Amino acid sequence: MDVQRKLEILADAAKYDASCASSGSEKRDSSDGKGMGSTAPGMGICHSYAPDGRCISLLKVLLTNACNYDCLYCVNRASSNVPRARFTIDEVVKLTLDFYRRNYIEGLFLSSGIIRSPDYTMEQVVGVARKLREEHHFRGYIHLKTIPEADDALIAEAGRYADRLSINIEMPEETSLQQFAPEKDVRAIRRTMGRLRLKLDEAEDNRSARTKARPQRFAPAGQSTQMIVGADSASDHTILHTSANLYGSYRLRRVYYSAFSPIPDASRALPLRAPPLLREHRLYQADWLMRFYGFDVAEIVDDSAMLPLDIDPKLAWALRNRDRFPLDINRASREELLRVPGFGTKTVERIIATRRTTTIRVADLARLHVPQKKALPFIVLSDHRPAPHRLDAAGLIERFKPKATQLGFGF
Amino acid sequence: MQYITLDTETDFDGWRKAARSLVLHHIQPTDITWTVQGGEAELFAPPAPSPILEVNDGTFNVSGKFVDLAQSAILHRDPQRFAILYRLLWRLKDNHDLIEVATDPDVAQVIAMARAVHRDEHKMHAFVRFREIGRERQAHYVAWFEPEHHIVELAAPFFARRFADMPWSILTPDLCAHWDGHALSFTPGVSKSEAPGEDRLEETWRRYYASIFNPARLKVKAMQAEMPKKYWRNLPEASIIKPLIEDAERMTGAMLANAATDPHKPQKRPEAPMTRKLAADDLDALREEASHCRACPLYKDATQTVFGEGPKDATIMLVGEQPGDKEDLAGHPFVGPAGQMLDRALADAGVDRKKVYVTNAVKHFKFVPRGKVRLHQKPSTPEIKACRQWYERELAVVQPDLVVAMGATAAQSVFGKITPVGKTRGRLIDLPDGRKALVTVHPSYLLRLPDPEAKALEYQRFVEDLKIAAGLQKKAARAA
Repeated sequence: MDVQRKLEILADAAKYDASCASSGSEKRDSSDGKGMGSTAPGMGICHSYAPDGRCISLLKVLLTNACNYDCLYCVNRASSNVPRARFTIDEVVKLTLDFYRRNYIEGLFLSSGIIRSPDYTMEQVVGVARKLREEHHFRGYIHLKTIPEADDALIAEAGRYADRLSINIEMPEETSLQQFAPEKDVRAIRRTMGRLRLKLDEAEDNRSARTKARPQRFAPAGQSTQMIVGADSASDHTILHTSANLYGSYRLRRVYYSAFSPIPDASRALPLRAPPLLREHRLYQADWLMRFYGFDVAEIVDDSAMLPLDIDPKLAWALRNRDRFPLDINRASREELLRVPGFGTKTVERIIATRRTTTIRVADLARLHVPQKKALPFIVLSDHRPAPHRLDAAGLIERFKPKATQLGFGF
Repeated sequence: MQYITLDTETDFDGWRKAARSLVLHHIQPTDITWTVQGGEAELFAPPAPSPILEVNDGTFNVSGKFVDLAQSAILHRDPQRFAILYRLLWRLKDNHDLIEVATDPDVAQVIAMARAVHRDEHKMHAFVRFREIGRERQAHYVAWFEPEHHIVELAAPFFARRFADMPWSILTPDLCAHWDGHALSFTPGVSKSEAPGEDRLEETWRRYYASIFNPARLKVKAMQAEMPKKYWRNLPEASIIKPLIEDAERMTGAMLANAATDPHKPQKRPEAPMTRKLAADDLDALREEASHCRACPLYKDATQTVFGEGPKDATIMLVGEQPGDKEDLAGHPFVGPAGQMLDRALADAGVDRKKVYVTNAVKHFKFVPRGKVRLHQKPSTPEIKACRQWYERELAVVQPDLVVAMGATAAQSVFGKITPVGKTRGRLIDLPDGRKALVTVHPSYLLRLPDPEAKALEYQRFVEDLKIAAGLQKKAARAA
């Protein structure tokens, strides 16, 4: 099989992993003239976008799509009829370097089906990173999938070469993982995440201690995970509760939500229909509220409840907590401002800087890039105060819903 | 009217020098016409530009934020940018804080220009596509790019740092950047026909692009928001976007229409790797069984069961309350700060740590997540009761002479009922099964005391309590 055909099979097999970020690592470049590549600590670079709206930042492939496991939700499960392929270590290394030189990618995201044993598989994955770093002095971004229960020495080596490590939690609840992937052990996954966090903490402590010895490097862009949404019956509350737990327990940088999508040659046990992609979007918005806006899971969604699909979770929260509004944005605290629908973190910073010198009026909202329709019912400005009955009106929510459309006839 | 001609489209230093002198001569913004040498606007300018006015001794300050913004905004293609920047500068000299007012129209416009420039720079970093000329070793990498603003000089150093070991050129209609492996240089712009054709890797890249795309989640608008069509003409993958979109619906339909096939029957597969081997030893068997414990809901959020550890023939068994953050991650009892405190106290009391069996009354970590930390929660009575079976079974295997209960939760488990630490602390108590029990505080209690004197005092009391255990350990050693 030629490399192009392998690439087709092994990229196809990797496309259900939502993660493709290349951000959050250390600053690195090749200006010493040895090797090639660079990373910046801030924003990652998306080199292209696929028609599914997702960015292409890394060469995202599997080392092999052969797998010992038979997880029902996975296209690569042992009993699937998909064609199989396996890259050699050198093939992945060459592809990465060739693509990188042409500026198609920021680096490599390498995952693998589990073959022979966790240690054997991890050794192969680490082998690619080792070769890129040690032999070719590649300074670009590397994200490696960690194999649960792999040997500690291999995990330490993976962290030495990789910018980010990840291990997928797969399902929001242990019971659904048992149902869909009876051979996978959520405890083994969590144990491995715990080990990664201990190593990340250790590297962090070494850095802050400023010891003379060069600190042992370990995955400077941290760890991340992915959850499949919509294959089981877990509610959004359950999903977000799991995320909050994972963020707190393992210092994850990101939890990716991947709306279950129909796969070729699907198992009969799976729903054939995909959940609305909007649900995935709402979960990302809610996740964002937890990480950057100080919201607690319980504030975002009630027990066993789902996020509304027609309005965003922050607006839904504001409509449930109308007693906190209207808010005078020329006086309110940063924490309060962050909870106004339509205000992002940058908007809030700009408002705080601006109001030190001048008062903010309705006409200024556009220059602050605030969506007026969304924010106005909740805020007081020097020339605007929403009528109290408007804010209390049961019909307020209708203002924000998408316009109703007339059903068409097939003509 | 002052006619100012700048050397190039990106001549920030020239603009700055002229602007500074104009402000000091009180020249109103409306009395200046800005042009660039060889630029289009020059057609309407008089043949002889005004000489730069001599600068007097006067000086004035502007905030560094304005200088940063102006350096970016001046790269914008809008011919009005020099005038807009001068107008803002003119207003800033009397109102220093104006630069913070994001709602001011001039400030807002300059911020918007700077943002557009940085966005264009970011897109250039992303969408430049090098094509290889010649073969490895001697290969030269050449790209064609059409930036929206005057960003070639701004964006080029990024490529020099990234592709330091290969010679490259980026050709654009405005300006071309070159890297020979040692230094950057710039030459005038060229036309697209000067750029090389296909690269041998482009077909491979297109195959990757087609394979990584999931046709079941078509979101064309989201794609175009980030990768506007104006960039497509220089992206090798763009030629297959349209066919991919057209094919997506057909493919998804076909996928759903095809009933699931019979699973492929693999040959005998090796044992699923994540299944753990069953242990032979009594304690190991218990530990394995406990790792699947679901007797209370605490297992759900915890990482793992943290079971007891120590020699099977220990004469002393230490019982703590519950694992903490570190213990939960590592899977071993007393490895965190409280564990270090315990180790020190045991050593000071003369207890041989290696001969002690250490466990907890509750074997899963109970906590609530608060952002990036986990706040420890006290286990409830039903949770302590549900977990007691493990303590009892450990006790039955280890058969210690003495059980040391550290803290109220541990005492509740050891005595089977709520037992205040204060009343029972520091003396040997007979248990119904003939063993002795000793109650003391939990080492984490010592960590929480804020007053150093109280801390030292309480630590001494804790060591005294443990000395009772040390006496017993020595007696047992003599008997053995």
